[in-house]
Parts: sequence; C-alpha cells; structure tokens
Amino acid sequence: MTNLTTLTLTEAAAGIATKKFSSVEITQAHLDAIEQHNPALNAYITVAAEQALSAAAEADKTSSEGRLLHGLPLGIKDLFCTKDIRTTAASKILENYVPQYESTVTQNLLNHGAIFLGKLNLDEFAMGSANITSAYGVVKSPLKATGDTELCRVPGGSSGGSAAALAANLCLAATGTDTGGSIRQPAAFCGIVGIKPTYGRCSRWGIVAFASSLDQAGPMTKTVADAALMLEAMAGFDAKDSTSARHAVPNFRAAVGQSVKGLKIGIPKEYRPDGLSPEIAATWDKGIQQLKDAGAEIVNISLPHTQYALACYYIIAPAEASSNLARYDGVRYGVRVDNGGTLDDMYCATRAQGFGAEVQRRILIGTYVLSAGYYDAYYLRAQKVRALIARDFAEAFQKVDAILTPTAPSDAFKLGEKQDDPITMYLNDVFTVPASLAGVPAMSVPAGLSAQGLPLGLQVIGRMFDEETVLKVGAVLEGKI
Amino acid sequence: MTTPYTIQGKTGTWEIVLGLEIHAQVTSNAKLFSGSDATFGADPNTQVSFVDAAFPGMLPVINEKCIEQAVRTGFGLNAEINHFSIFDRKNYFYADLPQGYQISQYKQPIVGEGAVTIDLSDGTTRTIGIERLHLEQDAGKSLHDQHPTKSFVDLNRSGVALMEIVSKPDMRTPEEAGAYVKKIRAIVRTLGTCDGNMEEGSLRCDVNVSVRRTSNDPFGTRCEIKNVNSVRFVMQAIEYEARRQIEVIEEGGVIRQETRLFDSAKGVTRSMRDKEDAHDYRYFPDPDLLPLVLDTAWVENIKASLPELPDAKKNRFKNDYGLNEFEANLLSEEKENATFYEAVLNGKRNPKLVASWVVGELFASLNKNGQSIENSPIGADALGELIDLIEDNTLSGRLAKEVFAAMLETGKAAAVIVDEQGLRQVTDTGAIETAIAQVLEENPDKVAEYRSGKDKLFGFFVGQVMKLTGGKANPALVNEVLKNKLG
Repeated sequence: MTNLTTLTLTEAAAGIATKKFSSVEITQAHLDAIEQHNPALNAYITVAAEQALSAAAEADKTSSEGRLLHGLPLGIKDLFCTKDIRTTAASKILENYVPQYESTVTQNLLNHGAIFLGKLNLDEFAMGSANITSAYGVVKSPLKATGDTELCRVPGGSSGGSAAALAANLCLAATGTDTGGSIRQPAAFCGIVGIKPTYGRCSRWGIVAFASSLDQAGPMTKTVADAALMLEAMAGFDAKDSTSARHAVPNFRAAVGQSVKGLKIGIPKEYRPDGLSPEIAATWDKGIQQLKDAGAEIVNISLPHTQYALACYYIIAPAEASSNLARYDGVRYGVRVDNGGTLDDMYCATRAQGFGAEVQRRILIGTYVLSAGYYDAYYLRAQKVRALIARDFAEAFQKVDAILTPTAPSDAFKLGEKQDDPITMYLNDVFTVPASLAGVPAMSVPAGLSAQGLPLGLQVIGRMFDEETVLKVGAVLEGKI
Repeated sequence: MTTPYTIQGKTGTWEIVLGLEIHAQVTSNAKLFSGSDATFGADPNTQVSFVDAAFPGMLPVINEKCIEQAVRTGFGLNAEINHFSIFDRKNYFYADLPQGYQISQYKQPIVGEGAVTIDLSDGTTRTIGIERLHLEQDAGKSLHDQHPTKSFVDLNRSGVALMEIVSKPDMRTPEEAGAYVKKIRAIVRTLGTCDGNMEEGSLRCDVNVSVRRTSNDPFGTRCEIKNVNSVRFVMQAIEYEARRQIEVIEEGGVIRQETRLFDSAKGVTRSMRDKEDAHDYRYFPDPDLLPLVLDTAWVENIKASLPELPDAKKNRFKNDYGLNEFEANLLSEEKENATFYEAVLNGKRNPKLVASWVVGELFASLNKNGQSIENSPIGADALGELIDLIEDNTLSGRLAKEVFAAMLETGKAAAVIVDEQGLRQVTDTGAIETAIAQVLEENPDKVAEYRSGKDKLFGFFVGQVMKLTGGKANPALVNEVLKNKLG
C-alpha cells in the first residue's frame, strides 16, 4: 500500500470512494504520523484519536455518495469550536474549555463526511505571524533551510499548526482562519496552498472571534484542487451569522484546470517597494511569465492606498479584538483566578494570567484607539482609509480579472528572529492585509524556493465572490496542470 | 397653566427641568439577538442560549419582531422612522454583562424625533418632545443576597430587547413627568409593544433633574435618578431631588453630574457608588451586525396596521360621544378601559349614560375591591343590560344603584334581580296618583303653606311620595303629577 499520508485530499477521496483503502486505515496512518512527528513540531494542541477512529469506522459503514470529504482525516485549527473536543484558541484562558456546540464550518465538513484528527496549534487568539504566541508552545516548521542543523524555522502564523501539519503530512488538509494573512502567510512559509475566501463566504459562527469584520475561515491544502474541494464543503450562507453572504456555493472544483487565456492579470506597482527582496521579486516575475505563457494578459495597475493598509489594519483589528475578548472574564467559563478580592480584582488576575503578552498588547492598543478623544483620530480614520483601500480594489477589478502579488516579504525566518520589536513582526502582513481590509478573496500558492531552499508563495487576489478565477489562476501557477 | 410651577427656596423661587429616559421591554417572541424565550419570572438561568451567555464564537442575529415593535412604537410617538440605523457596542465589564459589552444604538438610532401630548389634571394638555428611541439589549441580573460571600448571576434577562425612549428636557413639574410616563405607557400598551408592567420592571424610568432660577437661565447641571419603577415614585423622586439640589446651591455648593438612586422606602435619592474613573464606553459599530436597513413597503405596512392610539381615542370619545375631558381621559388612557366602555356601548347605548356608569359606579367598586377591569365581576354585557333597564324606565337611577350592588353581590343579571326583589320602577300614573292623594290628605297644613308661597316644600312632598312607594315611583312622573295636584 502507498503511504496514505502523502496523498492529496483529492486522491484520498478517490481512494475511499473506490475502496482502495478504508477511512480507518487512512485515519490510523495519520494518527501514527502525528504520534511520530508531532512532539518535534507541536502542530497539534489536542489529538482526538479515539473520536477520529470511531468516526472513521462509522464512515466505513456508510456510502460516500453526496459527501465531498467522506472518511477523510483533517486537522482543525483550534479556533473552531468543536463539540466535545477541547477548544483553546491557543490561550491559557480557555485551557479547560470544551464546547457544547459545533461551529458551522466544521459542521459543514462533518456533514460532508470529514474526520477530525484533532485541534491544530496557532498563535494565541490568532494574533501573530510566526506561531510563537501560543500558550501551548511554539510550532516548528518541518522544513529546513540549507545549513539548518535542526528544526528552527517558524511555520508562519497564525495558522502555523495547520501549515506545519500539512507540510509534514500530519493531515490531508486543514482549516485555517485569516484575519490579516493568517492563512496565506503560513501557507507561503510551509509551501502549501491556502485561500482566504471572500468575507462572508464561510460562516464565522462558532469560530472564536479575533476581529469580526476581517475574520474569515478557509482551507489549507496540499494543492489548489484540494483547496477547491474543501472550500466547496466549508462554504455557504448561514442564518446564524449576520455577515454571512446569501451567495450560492459554486462548483469550485470545476474552476481548477480551466484556461486563463485572455484573463487580465493586474500587477500592482505598490507591492514592489524599493527594499523588496530580489528573490521575492524574481519569484513574482516567474509567476508573471507563467501566466503570460498560459495566455493571460498582464496589466500594470496601481492600488494607491496600499501603504496605509498595515497601519489601518493594526487599528481596526485590535479595536475589534479588545471588545471581542472582553467575554473572557472568568465569570462563566474558562480560567478564573480568584484571590478573594473584588470582582475587578478577579477580572484583572484572570486576564493578566489568562492572556499572553501579544494578546494583552493588542487589547491595550484596541482599547486605546476606541477611547474617548482618540476614536476619531484612530478608529474612525482607519475606517475611512479602509473604504479607500476597498475602492482601490473595486477600481482595479474594473480593469483586471485577478491580481498577482507576493504573499510575504521573506521566506520563513528563524524562531527567535523578529521578536524584539512587534512592528517588525507586523510587517510580515504587509502584502496580505489589503485584501483582508477589502474583503476580497486571496490565495497563496507555492511558487518556488528561496536561495536557502525555503518555499516562497505568490498571492492571487480576486473580485468579491469570484474565488473561481482565483483558483483558476492559482492552478496555473502551481504548475501541476 | 396660569402660574408657572416653582419651588420656593430660601433665596427665591426655582424652576425644575426634567427629561426622562424610559426603558420599555419589547413584547416579543424572543430576545433581541437570540432565539431565547424572554418571558418574565422563569427559574434563574433557564432562558439562556449560548449567545446570551456570550460563549466563544457566538454571534447575534437581529430578531425582526423586535424591529417591528420599535417601528410601531416610533409611529405611536409621532416620530421619524430611520430607515438606516446602526447597532453599536457599549463596552464595560460587569458580572451580569456576559459579552463585556451591551449592543445598543448610539449615533444612528432606529427612531428619531417625535412628540407626545400629555394630559394634566387641570384639563390642559402639553406637548413633550421625543429625542429618539433606540433598541438595546438588557443585561442579566446580579443577586447579592443569596450567599454570604458570593454574588449569583441570573442571565434570563440577558439579551432581552429594550426600547429606550428619550424625551427632550421639556417637562417642568413632577405632575408633567408623571403624566408623560402614563402617556408613554398607554401608547406602548395600546400598540402591544410593551406590557407596561412597572412592578415587574418591563417599564422603568431614568429621570434627569436639574433646577434653575428662571426659564431664561441656561439649564443647570443635571443628576440622573436611575430605575424608578412607578409613576408615584417618579414624582416623589423629582420633588426630593429638586429640593436637594436647591438646598445645595443655596448653601453655596455646586451640583455634580452624577447618577443617583431613589430609595422608595425613605423617599430620598442617594448618590450611587462614586466612581473616580468615569466610564468610557468606547462605543463603536458592532462588526457582527450589518447596518439595519428597513424596507419602505414593510414600514408602510406597519403604519397601516396601527391600532387607534390613546390621543385619537380620547378625541373620538369627546367628539363622537360627547364625553367631558375627565371621562374621555379615564376611558382612553388604559386600553382595557376603552375596550370595556365600547363593549358596554355596543354601538347603541347612550354614550354619556354609559360613561357615567363605567367611570362612576363600576370604577368605584373596582377600586374599592382592588380589582382590575379585565376581571370585573360585572361584565360589559351585564352592565349594558342594567343600563337598558334605566333607559326603558324600568329603573330609576336610585334603583339602578341598588340593582348594581345586588349584581356585585350575587352575580345575577339585572333583570333577574329586578324581578326577584320587585324593584321595578312604578310608572303607573294611577298608582302614583293614589300615593300623592294620600300624602296631600295626610299633610293639609303643608299643602296650605305651599299654596301660600312656600315653594321649597315641593321636595318634601316628593320625598313623602317616594317613601310611600318604597322608592319605586318614577321621579319624573311624581314631579309631573304632584305639580298638577298642587296647582
């Protein structure tokens, strides 16, 4: 039998449908791989081996008909609430929290027959770009650069556990969430595919909130075809999420492999700043050439407000987070630190011990920008800038069908790097944040290797609710078709 | 009013300026943003969803019924309906506020400016401006008296929809404030948008009080008295608070803007725990909810389905039925009274006569026995039948009161009581003439005095005749025949 963990999601689906192997077999193969490799990577916070095997046994008794992911073992970012499986958001404050409900996205996956191997590590409350802020320990990328003697690279963040697990074949595919690049940047660092769908495409119900107006769930997979398959299973309107869009879910799989001939691909000049690393620029140019060769038309465009996106994001996201995280107060669930003082004392002790430094920093920033006297100068102004950024995209998409940019400004850096100054860390998101602010879909596709042998990713950005074009273009860049 | 209402201080007279914020719990199938039941009085924490308790990942979804109720109320307040409104988060920490913020409406509420007319005891009316109405979630309830060292939290109320109705600072007397609360209560009850039950807290008031020397002076610094839960307490609290402020100012002090509580047992207001760190609520639009956009046709449908409002009803009672201000007010301000009155009227009976019976005998007996009109021991039909017996001269007014008392006691129909007790009014001229003849015969001296000019004795003869007939003689007939006989 082939190594079941190296299969793509699409291949594994076919294998189960044709009974080449059973769900129990492929699930067990992944559980074995997790047991072997997870101690070094720390990609999983919780492994749900028993539940996974019993669900797999059930799947083997039923027909796969009508189910896109029947019997396929997936990893779930530990930000999705999963019924009866501990959900921590990588925070100490939720270390004992076991939801009694299932998030809409994971429920959709279960309805399509998916098996959950466990819960994947992430930056605490999805706040971070290197997966170093988790209360459950850092995640290490399974990839080494030339000259690395041990595992020492960050997997990116915040969906670092998802990306690392995929790169190490510890799941067939994983869920991620993306607020400012949390799917795309780790996908680029770990050499996998990750798509942040259009805001509203996947329900946020049951996902621990970071920044409500930006959070969006998406698939992280080994291939573009897998991303299409999984997105089709995850997406859909949900009456329980008021920001969920009433758009029918298209047949995303059909988009993969379609020709890009005649498509107009925009190349925004603002994404090529003076200091852009030459190897990133070269990878980008290679991607442009690939698309040209496939018949696409390359158009130089401008997204003039790009330079303000990062500042804008680091006002809006912390502002929403400061309010969203107020519910972790030690009163009803999660950790409570009570030293016998007043209610305020209990809040302070609980939140001081329950939240890590980065989360506390963002709560403080968010509280500050919403405060009386600062609201207009920061939050309100950021919202205006956000509208301008969205307009940049809307205008660009009158001229082009998709936009191609690098995903991140560098390849995976070493653990311990960029940790002295939060701003350096925030700069990781410089290319991913604009699409988040605009709400448009964007995908990172592996596009080559850096000089030191680490993956680099390119980002394809599409029109609102046009993930199909994004997938189409991504498949060409992936070079598998 | 002719003389403006003022309060006498040591250094002169003062005027009160009053503005009210009324929190009215929306009558609805469920809470504002979750499907949970919103009924009062259930066991603690039995009406709480994951959304109400703010579990991780839970999201609010606007309950359309609550929006409809707010729009209906907006129409009842003659107010502008905002077709575009925004839900904001008001951030603060408290144990009974699970989300760590209250979802409310801050800069763009669902209902804008309006006006209501209030009715005062001297028969005059005044118009009070409405600043806005917005929707918001209620918090849970903290219970501090259940355990020696711990507080308990009941989240049944958490997330229940409230309408906050904010008046302009247009009221100048405790009576006006009381009349305003009564009118708002009547409006929401008529519309069915709030049950108006102040005891259960479905309708509660925050009263803003300030004082100034004359109406030409700028407004003074105001204090807000929170959660006053009866019309009487609203008036008492204002009276106390105004006098307190005057005393402070007259003794050289200054009023600090603060929140106060009314202690109804002692009749005083007290400063709430002094907080040095004034709340900064960090309002911002709730990113979990899209702006609320109302469909014009939907709004027009609501407008078309509105019931008759208390003011319209009062005017109709005055114009169509000829009722006086007092009767029209009493019968229109509670919708149950109006319904009962019009049921007795039944489209055919004499409106003035019916009004005097409902407002008079019926209300008096209900008040005396502490009963409400909904469970009046004498129903509308039964009272109508009694009134019919007056109109067809079977009963005099006096006899009717006796029958009414018997109806209260026995629950029997008026006609049955009349038959059983032989209370039928005597309208037979012959019988009356006989009685009159007897009275005149027995009192020859009085007859002589009358005939010599002592007109006042007429009443004496009427009394004697009524006595002789056991009160059953038709008074009009007695008068008529007696006049003839005495010539």
